Amino acid sequence: MTDRQRLPRLTHPVSNEDIGRLMQAIPFARLLGVTATNDESGRVIAHMPYADHLIGNPRLPALHGGTIGAFLEMTAIAQLVANMAEPGIPKTIDITVDYLRSGRPRDTFAKAIVAKHGRRIANVRIEAWQDDPTRPIATAHGHFMLPEGGEAAAPPGNDEG
Amino acid sequence: MSEDNGEEPAKVIGELIGKNKHLLLSAVPFAMAVGMEVVEVGPARATLSLPWREDLVGNPETGVLHGGIVTALIDNACGTAVICALTRMTSVATLDLRIDYLRPATPGQTVFVDAECYHKTRSIAFIRALAHHGDCGDAIAHSVATFMLGANQTGPSRQIAEKVGQ
Repeated sequence: MTDRQRLPRLTHPVSNEDIGRLMQAIPFARLLGVTATNDESGRVIAHMPYADHLIGNPRLPALHGGTIGAFLEMTAIAQLVANMAEPGIPKTIDITVDYLRSGRPRDTFAKAIVAKHGRRIANVRIEAWQDDPTRPIATAHGHFMLPEGGEAAAPPGNDEG
Repeated sequence: MSEDNGEEPAKVIGELIGKNKHLLLSAVPFAMAVGMEVVEVGPARATLSLPWREDLVGNPETGVLHGGIVTALIDNACGTAVICALTRMTSVATLDLRIDYLRPATPGQTVFVDAECYHKTRSIAFIRALAHHGDCGDAIAHSVATFMLGANQTGPSRQIAEKVGQ
C-alpha cells in the first residue's frame, strides 16, 4: 500500500471543480473513468464515459452490471458530499439496484435524489440513463452512514425530483 | 434439478465445467480488468476472489475498497452461480441486487464471494451471496439477487458451451 492521500478540502457551496477533484481523488472512480459536475441548484450529474474494460458481456455487447451498480453508488456518494457540511466519505449501509435495460456500449449518466439527509444516515435514490433520461437503464436506492460533520450544510436544494 | 422423469438428472454446468472454470470469467472484460478470479465452482454455486488493489480503493484516506467494486464482485459471483445451476448455456442478466454492507473490507486483503443459486424457475434465478476475507463468520457483505434467464439470444460465452459439450 502506498501513503494514504488526503481528500481535497471542500468549501460550501461545493463548486463544480470541487466535485471533479473529489472524484479524481477516489481511485476506483478513476478506474471507471467517472466524473461529476455540480449545477447551480446543487444537483450532481455523474458521467461514466464508455470504455472497453467496462464491458461484462462482449457478445451483446453490454456494460457489466457491477460497473453500473458501482456508478450508481458513486453518484449517491458524490451528491451527499456536495450536500455535506464537512468533507468526508459516507459509507454505504445497503444498496438495492434494479436493472431495467442492458447498458449499451456508450456513455452513461446518473443523478441522485437525497430523500432524507439526516444527522447520521441518508436515504438516497439514484437513476442512470444513456441516451434518454426518461428511459433509465438502472435505478437504485440505498442508505448511507454519514461521517462526523456529515449533516446537510444548507437546506438541500435537491430534495425534490 | 427439479425434473424427475425417471431419467438420470442432467448435469449442470457447475459440475461439467471442471478445470475450465476460468472460462466463466475470461470472457468478461471488466472482471479481467479488475483481477477477479474463479476460486471454486459446484452445482449452483461459485466462489470468486478479488485481490486488493490500490486502484479499487474508495476512500484514499483509509485504503478501504470502494463499495462499488464489492458490488461488482458480488454481481459477477451471483451470475456465475446461476450459470453453474443451468444444464444448458443460456444468457443471464441481473434483475436486481441488494447488498447489505456489514463492515468495511480490510485494506490489503483479498475479498471472496460465495454465491449460491438456491432456487430457479424457467425464467428467473434466485441467489444469495456472502462477501468475506476467508472467514464466513466475519462477513463484509450479504446479498440477495434475482437474475433473468434467457434474457437475450447471445450467451456470455460459446466457449463455455463447447467445453461442457453443448
